[in-house]
Amino acid sequence: MTTGAPEPLLALSNVNTFYGQAQVHFDLSITVARGHIVCLLGGNASGKSTTMKIILGLVKPRSGDVTFDGASLIGLTTPQIVRRGIASVPEARRLFADMSVRENILMGAFVRNDRDAVAQDLDKMLTLFPKLGQRLSQRAGSLSGGEQQMVAMARALMSRPRMIVMDEPTMGLSPLYVDRVLELIRTINQEGVSVFMVEQNASLALEIAHEAYVLQTGKIVLSGPARALKDDPRIRDAYLGGPEAA
Amino acid sequence: MSSWLDYTINGLIVGNVYALVAVGLALIFGVSRLINFAQGSIYLVGAYIGWVAVVQLHTPLPLTIIVVAVAAAIVGLIIERFGLRPLQNSVRIAPLLATIGISFVLDQLVMLTFSPNPRALPSQLPDVRFQVGGGTIGPLDLLIAGVGLTSALLLFVFLRYSKLGWAVRAASQDRDAAMQMGVDVNRVNQAVFGIAAALGGVSGMLVGMYYNQIDTAMSLQATLKGVVAEVVGGAGNVPGAVIGSLLLGLVESYGVAVFGTSYRNLFAFLLLVVVLVLRPNGLFASARQAPPEPLTGTFIAPSRPVRIPRWALAVAAAGFAVLPLFPVSFYVLQTLINAWLLGMLALSLTLVAGTIGQVSLGHAALLAIGAYTSALLSLTFNVPVGLAIIGGGLMCAALGTLLISPSFRLRGHYVSIATLAIGEIVSLVILNWESVTRGPIGISGIPPLSLFGTDLISPTSIYWFSFAVMVVLALLQGRLLTSHLGRSFRAIRDDDVAARAYGLSLNRYKSLAFIFGGFAAGISGGIAAHLYSYINHETFNTQQSILALTVVILGGLGNVVGAILGAVALVGLPEVFRIAAEYRILIYGIVLLLLVRFRPQGLLGTM
Repeated sequence: MTTGAPEPLLALSNVNTFYGQAQVHFDLSITVARGHIVCLLGGNASGKSTTMKIILGLVKPRSGDVTFDGASLIGLTTPQIVRRGIASVPEARRLFADMSVRENILMGAFVRNDRDAVAQDLDKMLTLFPKLGQRLSQRAGSLSGGEQQMVAMARALMSRPRMIVMDEPTMGLSPLYVDRVLELIRTINQEGVSVFMVEQNASLALEIAHEAYVLQTGKIVLSGPARALKDDPRIRDAYLGGPEAA
Repeated sequence: MSSWLDYTINGLIVGNVYALVAVGLALIFGVSRLINFAQGSIYLVGAYIGWVAVVQLHTPLPLTIIVVAVAAAIVGLIIERFGLRPLQNSVRIAPLLATIGISFVLDQLVMLTFSPNPRALPSQLPDVRFQVGGGTIGPLDLLIAGVGLTSALLLFVFLRYSKLGWAVRAASQDRDAAMQMGVDVNRVNQAVFGIAAALGGVSGMLVGMYYNQIDTAMSLQATLKGVVAEVVGGAGNVPGAVIGSLLLGLVESYGVAVFGTSYRNLFAFLLLVVVLVLRPNGLFASARQAPPEPLTGTFIAPSRPVRIPRWALAVAAAGFAVLPLFPVSFYVLQTLINAWLLGMLALSLTLVAGTIGQVSLGHAALLAIGAYTSALLSLTFNVPVGLAIIGGGLMCAALGTLLISPSFRLRGHYVSIATLAIGEIVSLVILNWESVTRGPIGISGIPPLSLFGTDLISPTSIYWFSFAVMVVLALLQGRLLTSHLGRSFRAIRDDDVAARAYGLSLNRYKSLAFIFGGFAAGISGGIAAHLYSYINHETFNTQQSILALTVVILGGLGNVVGAILGAVALVGLPEVFRIAAEYRILIYGIVLLLLVRFRPQGLLGTM
């Protein structure tokens, strides 16, 4: 870290992760600056989702450190990490399928105790995601994929997080919803929430990200400002995205 | 004179009692994907705490209910904290086995504290009956209905309006996602175990009052009925558990009305098997819901088996073979004969549970089939005993496989439930099919073991005979495991989807495993019948099934030598330490608990 640079909100430093004998991360180091959108790109089995799990405390690294706002997250449980101000939009949304949309969104505020403000925030979510207004009492599992993604994002915002981590937010969505979701991520970010997202769809992710990292079999092979990476020919060599990435 | 209305009222009341047990099971299954086999023990504890409160402390009824609920909840919390939470990162079978161990320990502690003799549990309510239409209803019926409805209402309010209730619901739908919302899953587990135990305890007390009698046999029956009701309603589905319970109560009650009391449980287990086969996710599950038991491979603790050189095994076998030539007591031989018989059962179970991954909780039923077949062949048809025993093995292989075949499409915990139910059905059929099995009287005067016309009466000859049979079965099984067939079995255990993708027919291989396993168990049962000379429907009971499972886990699932070593250890060690019979089951329960916690791969490792 150069002197004078602001302390990053989230920093993974020299993280090594193993599943049994198999090493998943090799000296992984990633930083997310305050107020930025940082994107982690990579193909299948590159260790992207495991990076998310490390941040959320669902998987413990064998060595290395993860700090959030200067304090280490190592050894904290997932609920404790959530209380520090990190919210998540998990892969494939992971809504509580048999609970109503309203209950799902309110579950996001589980760590909060200020009822009145929570009620206000729910209204705020309905202005941000107007489509959900008519769906509030519906079973979350009955929604379309795109609508579910909206609920998952509203749910994450309800904890008033300082950072949201998102695992493939555009996966399995129709093109219409992909644009909508990216637009919303930008909106959320403009309200001061830092975003760390994992994506397979490189060209789309680089549209909205400030910085990006490219992960290949557990190692960072490329990183830098998103604008620079977008035109970097190496990104296609290092990272072979899906057909729509071209 | 009982009317249909009476049977309906009775069915609904009994259903209410089942619901109190089943709702707890459903809550726990929802959050932990665990079938809590200790639920019946908490019900038993509740009944006895109720007895202490009513008979010794003379508490009034409302206070008794509160005392029972609170005390049972504390037991539930202790089970969660010390029995199950340490197993959070263990293999999936570990918590299930732990609850079986806990249930053995609790039942035995109650038995040792209060003696196995039944006690009367007065209800303190006036003994009047009100005329309702063509039937009657008493104050106790109303109390049970009232407690059931109140509990359902409280539970509804808790789940719907409290923060912890939301956490419970969220965790039961997606545990990881709930954690990412900040839900502390340990607190959720505590909550559901506390609630389940309070409901279970009160249920036990009410049943004690309903029949004005409590005894330690209540425990297993309650667990079984609760599990039936829960699975019928859909595992983890709380409202489903209530409806499943009422349905079970009515089916039993009408079954009793038509066929008689001894058919009550038969209907319960037939209902379970039918539901498991036709709708394994329960009557109310939506079709597209993923089955809650997606894994098979992670069911067995992975480990590197201890390699024992062949010469060492040969030396050990030779040592045991020549043992009777030395001046050993009759008592030692008798103990080892028991160990060899248990060893044959363990060989069977270790193949079925360990090698192909179908954890059977009803293995004693195979003993019963072998024993009855051999006994009846020799008694009724004068078949020589040696041939009769082989007949018992063959019948057991055929009938056992046929009975278990409906559960071939099930996985994981569901296999265990199905085998448990099928085991109970076998015992109930034996009880009720009097023209063949002589019903509750049992079969006496079974001829002693004999070989080629010579009776084997002396302990030495019985010892040699049983040891030789076991060694032959063990050698065959060892050969089987190293063959292509053994590899296919393990492939199915580790990943049945992948195994199918490679063209393995699950039905065929599971059948083969049960045929071989059934034969070994049937031989063991056959020998036992001629050794005991008297058997009845209770000779081979669930306790033996669980003992066999403990033996198999002690030795290492799938491990042939381990199965025999486990049998010798579990039969022999209590004898060596001269442990009184009533403490043995307690010891077995504790052994099972310690194994699951500290050495799930067993002594010699899983294979």
